[in-house]
Amino acid sequence: MTHVEREQWDVVVVGAGGAGLRAAIEARRAGARTAVICKSLFGKAHTVMAEGGIAASMANVHPQDDWKTHFRDTMRGGKFLNQWRMAELHAQEAPERVWELETWGALFDRTPDGRISQRNFGGHEYPRLAHVGDRTGLELLRTLQQRSVGLQQEDHRETGDHEGRLKVFQEFTVTRILKDGDGRVSGVFCYERESGRFLVLEAPAVVLATGGIGKSFKVTSNSWEYTGDGHALALIAGAPLVNMEFVQFHPTGMVWPPSVKGILVTESVRGDGGVLRNSEGRRFMFDYVPDVFKEKYAETEEEGDRWYEDPDHNRRPPELLPRDEVARAINSEVKAGRGSPHGGVFLDVSTRMPAETIKRRLPSMYHQFKELADVDITAEAMEVGPTCHYVMGGVNVDSETAATVGVPGLFAAGEVAGGMHGSNRLGGNSLSDLLVFGRRAGLYAAQYALSGVGGGIVADDVEAAAAEALAPFGSVSGAGGDHGPEEDAGPPENPYTLHQELQQTMNDLVGIIRREGEMAEALDRIAALRARARRVTVEGHRQFNPGWHLALDLRNMLLVGECVALAALERTESRGGHTREDYPAMDRAWRPVNLLCRLDGDGIALERTRTEPVRPDLLALFEQDELAKYLAEDELEGLEGGHGA
Amino acid sequence: MSTYDARFRVWRGDADGGELTDYTVEVHDGEVVLDVVHRLQATQTPDLAVRWNCKAGKCGSCSAEINGRPRLLCMTRMSVFTRDEVITVTPMRAFPVVRDLVTDVSFNYAKAREIPAFVPPAGVGPGEYRMRQEDVERSQEFRKCIECFLCQDTCHVVRDHEENKEAFAGPRFLMRVAELDMHPLDAAEEAGLDRRRTAQEEHGLGYCNITKCCTEVCPESIHITDNALIPMKERVVDRKYDPLVWLGNTIRRRKAT
Amino acid sequence: MATGTEPPGSATGVRSPGRAAIAARHLRTDRWWLSPAATAAGLLAFVAYSTWRAFANADYYAAPYVSPFYSPCLAENCVPMRGGPNWEIFGSWWGLSPALLILVFPLGFRLTCYYYRKAYYRGFWASPPACAVAEPHASYTGETRFPLLLQNLHRYFFYAALPVAGILTYDTVLTFRNADYAWGHAGLGTLLFLVNIALIWAYTLSCHSCRHIVGGRLKHFSKHPVRYRLWTWVGRLNTRHMLLAWSSLISVALCDLYVYLLATGTFDDPRFF
Repeated sequence: MTHVEREQWDVVVVGAGGAGLRAAIEARRAGARTAVICKSLFGKAHTVMAEGGIAASMANVHPQDDWKTHFRDTMRGGKFLNQWRMAELHAQEAPERVWELETWGALFDRTPDGRISQRNFGGHEYPRLAHVGDRTGLELLRTLQQRSVGLQQEDHRETGDHEGRLKVFQEFTVTRILKDGDGRVSGVFCYERESGRFLVLEAPAVVLATGGIGKSFKVTSNSWEYTGDGHALALIAGAPLVNMEFVQFHPTGMVWPPSVKGILVTESVRGDGGVLRNSEGRRFMFDYVPDVFKEKYAETEEEGDRWYEDPDHNRRPPELLPRDEVARAINSEVKAGRGSPHGGVFLDVSTRMPAETIKRRLPSMYHQFKELADVDITAEAMEVGPTCHYVMGGVNVDSETAATVGVPGLFAAGEVAGGMHGSNRLGGNSLSDLLVFGRRAGLYAAQYALSGVGGGIVADDVEAAAAEALAPFGSVSGAGGDHGPEEDAGPPENPYTLHQELQQTMNDLVGIIRREGEMAEALDRIAALRARARRVTVEGHRQFNPGWHLALDLRNMLLVGECVALAALERTESRGGHTREDYPAMDRAWRPVNLLCRLDGDGIALERTRTEPVRPDLLALFEQDELAKYLAEDELEGLEGGHGA
Repeated sequence: MSTYDARFRVWRGDADGGELTDYTVEVHDGEVVLDVVHRLQATQTPDLAVRWNCKAGKCGSCSAEINGRPRLLCMTRMSVFTRDEVITVTPMRAFPVVRDLVTDVSFNYAKAREIPAFVPPAGVGPGEYRMRQEDVERSQEFRKCIECFLCQDTCHVVRDHEENKEAFAGPRFLMRVAELDMHPLDAAEEAGLDRRRTAQEEHGLGYCNITKCCTEVCPESIHITDNALIPMKERVVDRKYDPLVWLGNTIRRRKAT
Repeated sequence: MATGTEPPGSATGVRSPGRAAIAARHLRTDRWWLSPAATAAGLLAFVAYSTWRAFANADYYAAPYVSPFYSPCLAENCVPMRGGPNWEIFGSWWGLSPALLILVFPLGFRLTCYYYRKAYYRGFWASPPACAVAEPHASYTGETRFPLLLQNLHRYFFYAALPVAGILTYDTVLTFRNADYAWGHAGLGTLLFLVNIALIWAYTLSCHSCRHIVGGRLKHFSKHPVRYRLWTWVGRLNTRHMLLAWSSLISVALCDLYVYLLATGTFDDPRFF
């Protein structure tokens, strides 16, 4: 028997980013004793990387803005695949969530009359993003962190104990959700990174807030934490994932130098006159304007250049096509051998504006390249390429309560939850998503936990979890447990090597442009990697051993990778963050279809489900013409009948 | 692309002891020290412990000391070193070591708890906050802090004097006091909390001898000393060392007794 | 370099038990000692020079120039300076150099200045000698107790420095005379005095206490637009406080030296008009 320490809590929140902390604050306020578990140090979560802002229709800058407009923008952005009730709640509650941050000490940039300033962003009809320069995510996370500490201070004044009602377990990683005999959540199994010791937190309610999956891809703007832990934990616990085929690639990430590969280059570089060129010096975007956009974009460089000065009488340059179009074009140029030396294309402002103008208009980009890459963007072109940025898919949850479908006591919020953003997320909607659904998850998890449900931990499950976690230290054959010896035969594997191969596979075969054959090959490769992953062996001991940590994360990345590939293979259309070369158009028949991934034995099973019809009063917010572009034939028929009556 | 072999000395060990260990490792164009540490992990010593997250200088996780200077591993380009230079990487030396380059930074989290949180003004509801840009800018500068704790590491008050850790909050958290004291709507005073007095009496502002190492190492280029610590010292003078105020207080105390 | 495991014991600082066992006091490879050494050398040179000149009680007036070290002259034992700062507040009982009476104020101002504090704490006290270089002291209390607690008096020295700067401005005006006290003339010394007084004012106004007093103490800049503008302006000067501290220190010494050289007849003041 492995000795595993246990603690009792009401709610356990996995993840201390924006969603996790907001959930924890709410759960603690609702009276639940709440534990927060995070892989990194407290306050380091990936939320700090968010730059643009928090979308909320506060109407501080444009008085016409309201939740209905925000809802419309969100649905359009997600190509109507969004879980509409989530989009509705999100648009309605976002302003309150932002204002609340101010009462906790957040300092947003201000309008001249002292309100929270709001900025324009792609896809949002009005200036809507509350921001602090280009470090809004840091402000949001720090505010929630300091609010958590504030609550601990209150508890300390009352009880003499800082951590009695709200405790953060820093640098712990959860490897299993534990359930009681009836299939309800009863706690989590985790290990402490620092010491390697195991810990079981018993709790009737668990909130997953683990963020995304970007580390399964080679080029990503995501940090090492984004290994799809919550996605995998939910799958293993029996909760399905939805919309996993939708992964957002940002067209312009840095590709060089290697140290910063994937880091974002803001869209405003192109908005301010930056142009994309291939290795032959050609502004190739002119070759990639799709037919539907032909009338709206310039056909010559001269006309495109005039647009910056005179947008009313000229058409915009094709560098400003939607993100997915630009990303695809860059991808094609690179594949055709016309890429830059490091596998991207050139984004040039140096020949377009004087150095002083560049420094004035793009100060953060100037510094980003200067400090991170030692590249002077006023003197030379940047090298950029698409980078994996966000996963729209995630754990299938109830819109109101953020409870997962199928596992009582398991909740999910933030990037790990699916549905809210449909097939494509608008900039700024991610931070508001964290706040709105983080709060809801915390609230309903606390209510659920305090209602007196939940049973005990099954001792065998703890044993199994411990054995699984220790497997990489064991001998080659002892790893998988229930796998046959012939499957596990082979040399020991290095987790870093496997990780790199998975990243390469996902990047090359399930990346921004997808083809049937390549995805089938990806599934084969992933299957092979999973077999090899059972032979992963690590050196050293359990105390802060990154090789071991990666070995344990591999399971999650492989599961998530398989979900993405399977769902992407199944969806025979192109929509938002899912582009099929063999099915390049959006197919309305796919609009009401969701693809659910479930764990089935050792593999992933895919299920098609039909989404709940959009409520008529929400549909009424759109013009009939517009709905006709999105809704499936049978949906439209019902609608016309309804309207006619 | 040009590649060369760099010589690294990395401190390996834990609280019970350790030593600088020599490595020769391949370096490619455009890399930073953290890339090289990752290559060491992937090719030579998979259990080399290091903290990191964003790799873009935004999260403040990969704090360590390179050639004796507190730095972020991800923000130190290899191109600043000559090719024949031996590059020494050690954990932060002001905190207890956990393993290799990872230190126990719990000191900082304990100090964070000692600074009373923002006190919301009474009677002003969510959505009713009105603050001018010029009034929030001072505190906004301090809120750029990514909590890498390099300033806490370099500050000689605690780096060189373990015994001062109890009485001294360190630059990061004295800056937090300044941030709250300069927050246009913080109602601490109305709630009976004197942030200026506590800065001196409870958080150890007097230990600071403004030698500016915190400012020198700050990867966010926050002017910690000039904009937070010195203004805070001046605010303390307003409260504690102004002879007129002192005289007034003394007379009042006399009258009271 | 010795870098093995250190035996535990009374070690403190970077060698405290629990911290990474590295024997070296620091691992810096750059010339970190250069800056504190240069600072110490510069300050020492000024201290030596100014001590000699302050106690000399001679050669501080060469019409129309009065050495800034001796202005204003508050005792009777001063040389008479026509139209100059002869204010015999202390009367005849003061027998020492009159410079000592007035130098207390600028000296106190600079001694408690936030920049000079950094400079001499690093340069003379080695507390710390440089960033991440262990200091040699066994214990440290900073400015928490007497006498260093007195550093908090900086703003009162700032107040005192203002009239001193005013008087030096008056002295500078007087340099627009010739040796016969006729107005409308200027020489090389006039130029030197002009540069000096500009630097003195810039240094004085760029002071951190000044920045606090003009606006830094406010909670709401928006309610005090004039003081906000002043604060912004002082803040901009303040970023150059170190540069101004050094340049004004050098210029004030040079002015005194210039007067000394004139008074001793080493050379004559080149006249412009």
